[in-house]
Amino acid sequence: MMFDPVMLILIIPALAAAILAALPGYRLAARVNVLAALLTFLSALALLVTPEHAAGFLLVDDLNIVFIVLTTLIGFTTSVFSTGYIAHELETGRLTPLYLRFYHAMYQVLMFAMNLALTANITGLMWVAIELATLTTVLMVGIYRTHEALEAAWKYFILGSVGIALALFGTILVYMAAQPVVGEGLDAMRWTVLVENVAQFDPSLLNVAFIFLLLGYGTKVGLAPLHAWLPDAHAEGPTPISAVLSGLLLNVALYAVLRFKILLAANGEAIAPGPLMVAMGLTSVLFASFMLYRRRDIKRLFAYSSIEHMGIIAFAFGMGGPLANFAGLLHMSMHSLTKSAIFFSIGHITRIKGTQKIAEIGGLTETHPALGWTLVVGVAAIAGLPPFGIFTSEFLVVSSTFSREPLLAVAIVLGLLVSIGALFARLNGLAFGEPLGATTPDRMSYLPIFAHFALVLIAGIWLPPALVVWFQNVAALLG
Amino acid sequence: MTNFALDVSHLFAGSLVLLSLMMLYQDRMFGLINIFALHAIALTLAVSWQGYIQNAPSLFLTALIAFTVKAVIIPIALRRIVVRLGVDRTIETVVGIGPTMLAGMGLVALSMVVMLEVTSAADPLAREDMALALSVILLGLLIMVTRRYAVTQVIGFMSIENGLILAAAGARGMPLIVEISVAFSVLVAFIVIGIFLFRIRERFDSVDLQALDRFRGERR
Repeated sequence: MMFDPVMLILIIPALAAAILAALPGYRLAARVNVLAALLTFLSALALLVTPEHAAGFLLVDDLNIVFIVLTTLIGFTTSVFSTGYIAHELETGRLTPLYLRFYHAMYQVLMFAMNLALTANITGLMWVAIELATLTTVLMVGIYRTHEALEAAWKYFILGSVGIALALFGTILVYMAAQPVVGEGLDAMRWTVLVENVAQFDPSLLNVAFIFLLLGYGTKVGLAPLHAWLPDAHAEGPTPISAVLSGLLLNVALYAVLRFKILLAANGEAIAPGPLMVAMGLTSVLFASFMLYRRRDIKRLFAYSSIEHMGIIAFAFGMGGPLANFAGLLHMSMHSLTKSAIFFSIGHITRIKGTQKIAEIGGLTETHPALGWTLVVGVAAIAGLPPFGIFTSEFLVVSSTFSREPLLAVAIVLGLLVSIGALFARLNGLAFGEPLGATTPDRMSYLPIFAHFALVLIAGIWLPPALVVWFQNVAALLG
Repeated sequence: MTNFALDVSHLFAGSLVLLSLMMLYQDRMFGLINIFALHAIALTLAVSWQGYIQNAPSLFLTALIAFTVKAVIIPIALRRIVVRLGVDRTIETVVGIGPTMLAGMGLVALSMVVMLEVTSAADPLAREDMALALSVILLGLLIMVTRRYAVTQVIGFMSIENGLILAAAGARGMPLIVEISVAFSVLVAFIVIGIFLFRIRERFDSVDLQALDRFRGERR
């Protein structure tokens, strides 16, 4: 039992956090961080070959394996990126060694919290884990202690806590709905038990519960109109944390919404959760795509793009059905990989230029060809141009919507086109045109970025049949 | 016995709602902190009573945590913050007291209507407890929206939290309540320490659009 991979993905980050909190040297700490993240990723891969598991407090099924593998993979690549990035923060004096120690320990606590949220079989435990993840990211967002960083952290904290509080009320209501049927105690909070018995639950109680859960966890997903914390938190925190926030934490919150959606869908008499998610998703897409035009800060630009993509994903899962669910899963994976790679390259860019203002960065392809073209590729991928994976998933979302609700498809296509225009308008100044800002050469590893782009490109050209079958199973599970 | 149990639990939960409404019209910082301490004491009594009638010893632990953290430690810490950081002693509200109170009453009515409707099948003890708990949560949100200081927002958040603990205590036999209240206490402790360490004393308001644009790095 000790070497059960499910336990490993929780024990390794927890242990690593304790070790990193005690390690003084930052070079060694960065290496330990990478090693721990790699081991966690390998244990997550081991989950793929072990049979399903639903004992005690933890649950592993087809649905959460997708999330776990994605989380641990990006957790690992981000830790590799973070070694180079953080060394520079120390040189420029933005962070002191003590804060760096804190940063590394918090990174592993965050990994632990996300893995716990994804594997928890108890609704209450999942809530505690998401709260822990919120708390660690708040601390990381405020780590530079500038006025802006503190204000961003405070905003994130207040909105995140209110979201978390609403989600807890929803969780309590689900328990109340389950308690007369399942009986008192932990069983009334266990996913596996809940799903089996949900048909007998009181539908009106479930309806109210889902509203609270959608609003609560939806705040953490960053769905409009509850997104206000997201751009600030992305812009003011360290770039590796922006990558983890966009690539992973938003997904974890979405996973929570999906679990409860499955519950409601299985009840039969409760309201259909889909239309609510479609409405919030579509609002996010349209709102964020227009907001992209007015951005002057490069990290904020891509933070709004994350709102847009989370909107697309929520929209796809809200539409439901095998094809849209499949598209949602694919889009989620592709967005996580692409967006974190973009944040990695933004980390390099802002490090060289010493600014995040779009107006002060220019002509990157001329001065830093590798970096400039990486950004071009990244923006092309995130905008949904072929041959990248996001094109495939967006195409699936749109085509599956067209056959069922043509009007909604028109709205979402409008959002996609508007965002493509905005992203390329900004990219034009950043990558081409007059070189602006410092031109010091870059000496960082591009490996994490290339690895992510390679995966996105492969998925865009050829989806491995095994992956397709796996995602189809999950899509069926989502109903 | 059951009628008496019901009446007493209503008394405590109802006084929480009443104290939340009192927080809405406080315009003095110390007054607000004192009423919050009373709010926490009312929560302690309500949770202890639930622990007694449900025969659930873990609820006594929750009540103890609520009392020590929210009725004693946090109010003292907040008072010291107000004194040491020189926070304004009067509270400027965003909307006038009158409209705020009307909105508060509307929210209480709304939560009664919604919760009593949807929980018609549930046991009456839990049912009205949930309705009152939702009122406390919504009033807490209103407090957060109508105040712009860090300290007052924290108090609003903690009153939401009190509402949640009340709801959790009312749901018969709900597990993990102790864990959840510990998690919340850690959260609140972090905020209060954060306010103190980073000397967050200014107001967070977004009325001044120019300041907002400067903050976002988006001023032309």
